[in-house]
Amino acid sequence: MDWLRQVFWENEVGNALLRVLLFVLPILTLVPGLIWWERRLLSWMQDRIGPNRVGPFGLLQPIADGVKLFFKEDITPKAVDGLIYFIAPAVALFPAFALGATLPWGPNLKLTPIADVNIGVLYIMAISSLGVYGVVLAGYASNNKYSLLGGLRASAQLISYELAMGMALASIVLATGSLRLTDMVKAQEGPLWGAVPQVQNWFIFTPFGFIAALIFAICVIAETNRAPFDLPEAENELIAGYHTEYSSMKFAVFFMGEYAAMFIFSGVFATVFLGGWHAVPINWSALGMEQVAHWNGLLAPLFFLGKCALGITFFIWLRATLPRLRYDQLMSLGWKSLLPMGVFNFIVVATWILTTSLYGIGGGIATAVGAFAVIIFFTTRIAKSANANVEFLEKRTITMESGKGDPKPQEVNA
Amino acid sequence: MNLEMIQSFTPAHFLFLALAGIAAATAVGVVAFNDPVRSALCLVGNFFTLAFLYFTLNAELLGITQVVVYTGAIMVLFLFVLMLLNLGGVKMMKEKFDVKRVLGFGFGALLLYVIGAQVILPLNTITTAKAANDFGGPEMIGRALFTTYVWPFEVASILLLIGVVGSIMLAKRKV
Repeated sequence: MDWLRQVFWENEVGNALLRVLLFVLPILTLVPGLIWWERRLLSWMQDRIGPNRVGPFGLLQPIADGVKLFFKEDITPKAVDGLIYFIAPAVALFPAFALGATLPWGPNLKLTPIADVNIGVLYIMAISSLGVYGVVLAGYASNNKYSLLGGLRASAQLISYELAMGMALASIVLATGSLRLTDMVKAQEGPLWGAVPQVQNWFIFTPFGFIAALIFAICVIAETNRAPFDLPEAENELIAGYHTEYSSMKFAVFFMGEYAAMFIFSGVFATVFLGGWHAVPINWSALGMEQVAHWNGLLAPLFFLGKCALGITFFIWLRATLPRLRYDQLMSLGWKSLLPMGVFNFIVVATWILTTSLYGIGGGIATAVGAFAVIIFFTTRIAKSANANVEFLEKRTITMESGKGDPKPQEVNA
Repeated sequence: MNLEMIQSFTPAHFLFLALAGIAAATAVGVVAFNDPVRSALCLVGNFFTLAFLYFTLNAELLGITQVVVYTGAIMVLFLFVLMLLNLGGVKMMKEKFDVKRVLGFGFGALLLYVIGAQVILPLNTITTAKAANDFGGPEMIGRALFTTYVWPFEVASILLLIGVVGSIMLAKRKV
């Protein structure tokens, strides 16, 4: 035991290795379970049975699938761009796993996160923006119009939704005052709304945090190419999109990347909005129950995994419920709804922090009420003038010059 | 390069050498590849390793911004355009001997000498990063941007705003 402690605890390199293994191994082992859970839950929601033949409850089905995929013939079409076709699955897998390097899954700073850097949130943004490469390269290298279209859709989608995601995270960064994810968890241990010390201040309970969580959740679904945002692989339009030409393990690697990304994005959501590794939003120490607080810390990985599972279940639920968006709907949702909402949320948080720090809580509330009044005033004014404009426009008529056969001048509402 | 010199290397040295080697190789690849998509991919690799070089210099924020802006956004647009055009390799005719080439190599060597003398030689004996640990952290950069350099920063933001408005004007003449 002593040498284990020497190698993995005191030695810096060994400790880093331990951190990486403790993060990556659970994900690698849980991804097949995830696929099973998705298929069973989806079947249940769609009133089917789903895979239930291999092992108890069909639990061994993913392993059977994995073996099948592994032994399938790996077909490389003739017209592909060889090198890029070969590296694209690896490029798709890399960001999915690298994403979680700053996620803390427990209170022990010696074990987690892999790197407790003070740019944690920015790191997540940066790595998730690399996710587009695998898809785009696969689409291009396949030399197939459906694949290329899938790749182009994916890149447009990812670039559009990244901005809104950044704005959602930025408002939380403002509220925390730090880019470090461990600091975010610590900030959420504080009293709820700064007033109730027994309850933890998870960001999803605060008004701005709730809006940010909503935006972030939608953007995450778009970033991971999941239904209802799975346009890059829309099967009725693009066969299978960017991985049409991939078979065998290369296809499996794409699949694994998608599920790992889902997993880790759920972890990011849990860390930023759902209080990280805490089980329930109750401050046990404030209630004088030190024993429970101690056990809460010890069982932290389980609670974190539970929150990830909740997030993934939410993903699957959405897939079973919502129809796929049209491409223009996708773009207008991202640019015209989520991004303005995110920016507005950001401004509100900044104003609230500034006014409360200058004039106290009263000043903040006064500013909020004042701003609300100003906004109502202006929107009613604008609406009124817009209405007047419409009335003015409705009076215009257009008469046809040449056609004497058309007796009726048409009313045009411009 | 003798054995003692190699023995005096710190892990930081090897890290730098590996990263710098990849960065240099990809930089050569950008101009050497015939296929524009390969060139663009090399540029992506170059920007990515450059970010790690920034990390080794304690400039985390700069490095991560490099990844977000260049690797994650700008190069994706580059690739986007290249793929839509689907150019393929450049087909060139054989060129005759040109004196400009020789001159170009000469001036290139001269530039390398100047850079080597002015930049690399003074850094020869340095083994660790000179900057303090939090030199490139978000707090320090934020403080500098909003105190010492607040005017240039604001002017740059206005410039960006003009760029945004201009691009909208160009793309949507009539709404």
